[in-house]
Amino acid sequence: MAYLDHAATTPMLDAALEAYVATAREVGNASSLHAAGRRARRRVEESRERVAAALGARPSEVIFTGGGTESDNLAVKGIFWSRRAAGAGRDRVVCSAVEHHAVLDAVDWLVRHEGAEVSWLPVDAEGRLSPQRLGAELDQHGDRVTLVTAMWANNEVGTVQPVADLAAVAAGHGVPFHTDAVQAVGQVPVDFAASGVAALTVTGHKLGGPTGVGVLLLARDVTATPLLHGGGQERDVRSGTLDAAGIVAFAVAVETAVKAQQEYAARVAALRDDLVARVRRAVPEVVFNGDPVDRLPGNAHFSFTGCEGDALLLLLDAQGIACSTGSACSAGVAQPSHVLLAMGADDDRARSSLRFSLGHTSTAADVDALITALPAAVDRARRAAALRSTPR
Amino acid sequence: MRVLAAMSGGVDSAVAAARAVEAGHDVTGVHLALARNPQTYRTGARGCCTLEDSRDARRAADVLGIPFYVWDMADRFHADVVDDFVAEYAAGRTPNPCLRCNEKIKFAAVLDRAVALGFDAVVTGHHARLGADGLLRRSVDLAKDQSYVLAVLTREQLDRSVFPLGDSTKAQVREEAARRGLAVADKPDSHDICFIADGDTRGFLAGRLGEAPGEVVDALTGAVVGSHTGAYQYTVGQRRGLHLDRPAPDGRPRYVLSITPKTNTVTVGPAEALEVSTVRAERPVWTGGARPTAPVECEVQLRAHGDVVPATVELTDGGLHAELRRPLRGVAAGQAIVAYRPDPAGDVVLGSATITA
Ligand SMILES: Cc1ncc(COP(=O)(O)O)c(C=O)c1O
Repeated sequence: MAYLDHAATTPMLDAALEAYVATAREVGNASSLHAAGRRARRRVEESRERVAAALGARPSEVIFTGGGTESDNLAVKGIFWSRRAAGAGRDRVVCSAVEHHAVLDAVDWLVRHEGAEVSWLPVDAEGRLSPQRLGAELDQHGDRVTLVTAMWANNEVGTVQPVADLAAVAAGHGVPFHTDAVQAVGQVPVDFAASGVAALTVTGHKLGGPTGVGVLLLARDVTATPLLHGGGQERDVRSGTLDAAGIVAFAVAVETAVKAQQEYAARVAALRDDLVARVRRAVPEVVFNGDPVDRLPGNAHFSFTGCEGDALLLLLDAQGIACSTGSACSAGVAQPSHVLLAMGADDDRARSSLRFSLGHTSTAADVDALITALPAAVDRARRAAALRSTPR
Repeated sequence: MRVLAAMSGGVDSAVAAARAVEAGHDVTGVHLALARNPQTYRTGARGCCTLEDSRDARRAADVLGIPFYVWDMADRFHADVVDDFVAEYAAGRTPNPCLRCNEKIKFAAVLDRAVALGFDAVVTGHHARLGADGLLRRSVDLAKDQSYVLAVLTREQLDRSVFPLGDSTKAQVREEAARRGLAVADKPDSHDICFIADGDTRGFLAGRLGEAPGEVVDALTGAVVGSHTGAYQYTVGQRRGLHLDRPAPDGRPRYVLSITPKTNTVTVGPAEALEVSTVRAERPVWTGGARPTAPVECEVQLRAHGDVVPATVELTDGGLHAELRRPLRGVAAGQAIVAYRPDPAGDVVLGSATITA
């Protein structure tokens, strides 16, 4: 099998898995006062320090959560609620048009249920946000804005955003800036303090850690109203017994991924560039999506003109090649990607897209397998797509 | 063979897919998303197109260990089945949407796409037999037989279809599903029309076609005996819900004899006036052998689960003409006439056509 879907989830690192199993064997609730509890707490706090060090944050800024979706929801809703409560008339969210659904739908929920106003930040044809555009938005609405949220790197097309510049603009207007860095950590350098963001989302399973563990890095001076109430863990922002095993494994993975980032990025980007070049040779009409320079090292995203992405996916899957169309709704019915649409693609181009994402276990053989299977698959998918326009 | 199993989320299609796997085929499961808004279709275990059904289908595919995808056929389904359903009623006919779905969606849009993608055939959980001889036959389970709604399929369509359930009764299928650990083993059968959420066909049509008040006329006297709010709400042979202002002079019950969209009139009459011995139909297909050049002695069925009567059937220029040996009541334009040849190994579908008169 050629696994080219590391952006969906990537295999756990051996070291993380071992740390998980070792910790999971130990009893202990990190909130308990006895020896077993203290041991669990120590493991959690050591992990917190490791995560903080790896990501340029202070330990007290690390809030462990149940993953990227929860961290995004906590940041978006939590900061919205807290800022609205603190400042009369603040009810607006500024959100990029290319966010993951964990952010997008949280913002949408605020609009529908909390009377929030929203400004969508557009992107250019390569999926990039403009700090000037954000500045203009904040010049206009600044005093009403609760938060700005814009991802570090896009999960579909791989475009890396000028996060520090965006965060500086927000800071200049005194507005907290949240970034979803789920796809970025371990792929590109991510430093919380240096970036100037107020809140940053990370999840374990995209960087060799366990699924269902993540963090929200939340700057000391930013408050978020909790989503989960209970025992008061995690600065009272996120209640719930801490998952010591998951947290320990997460910390190992974050530390390892961040340490290896440069070398990893060079290796994987070379593999990716080879993949892109060979796909272009095999299917000359292909359109390469996303920023050609500022992009995630493992991401290759194409529109296969005249094909439907989900037909191609089926055909490649049958050949043992795992990739993604980038977006699927809960019913499993393929929707044209909002990211591609925001980049100005038409419906057909959006529906014809496919993402290949490489990761730490990827090899040249994976790329070879894709290139072997792709031409015939594209041919077939074209024929299938042609039926749509000529119903019998 | 590489086959595509259409999986509705029900027990039949799950077992059909399982049997295809067992027969050694390379099977891929596909659930057809037919609803533009899944919530508007039947919810729970009765329908064919809800999110829950999609999950049931996926779960069954996972148990079988086959790839599974959802294909969005909502636009085609709405154009070819739902809109057609409404238009047929508006034209005074009585459509069969399941038949139309087979003709236009499952064994057309889906099959064509499957073939283009390199599949050899489509597998469904219909209760009908289709053997090596290429003949379509009734299921051994006559109560569940679906050959009537498959009789529209052409030779080319049948040649790319696999119906693994025709030799089993529904009870056997359920038992097998349970044995195979398929959670849908006890799922209730779907009924009625999947895209009419509450089963209220009249309400559905009224919502689409609006109110169109008109007269109910007695065929014998020519007198206006009542009024209606939309002729599309009536089906030939219908007795209930006529709400006639006065009883017929002969005191006998009245039935809908015909619907005339042009004048928006519903014509009613006594039971015997419903009796039909001559049936004309259009768009015939003939798959039970070579296209006949002379009248054929056979049996015909004029509606799903309807009576079967001996008849002589003749293919005419672009149509089909049947003389029934025994008159039938409630023959509605828009329904299919299906000709069968009685056979101890399962009655064979000879052909079918859409009733015009
Ligand atoms: C950019 C982005 N944000 C958030 C998420 C959700 O993270 P999780 O799967 O940990 O909930 C994902 C992954 O699916 C992602 O790619």
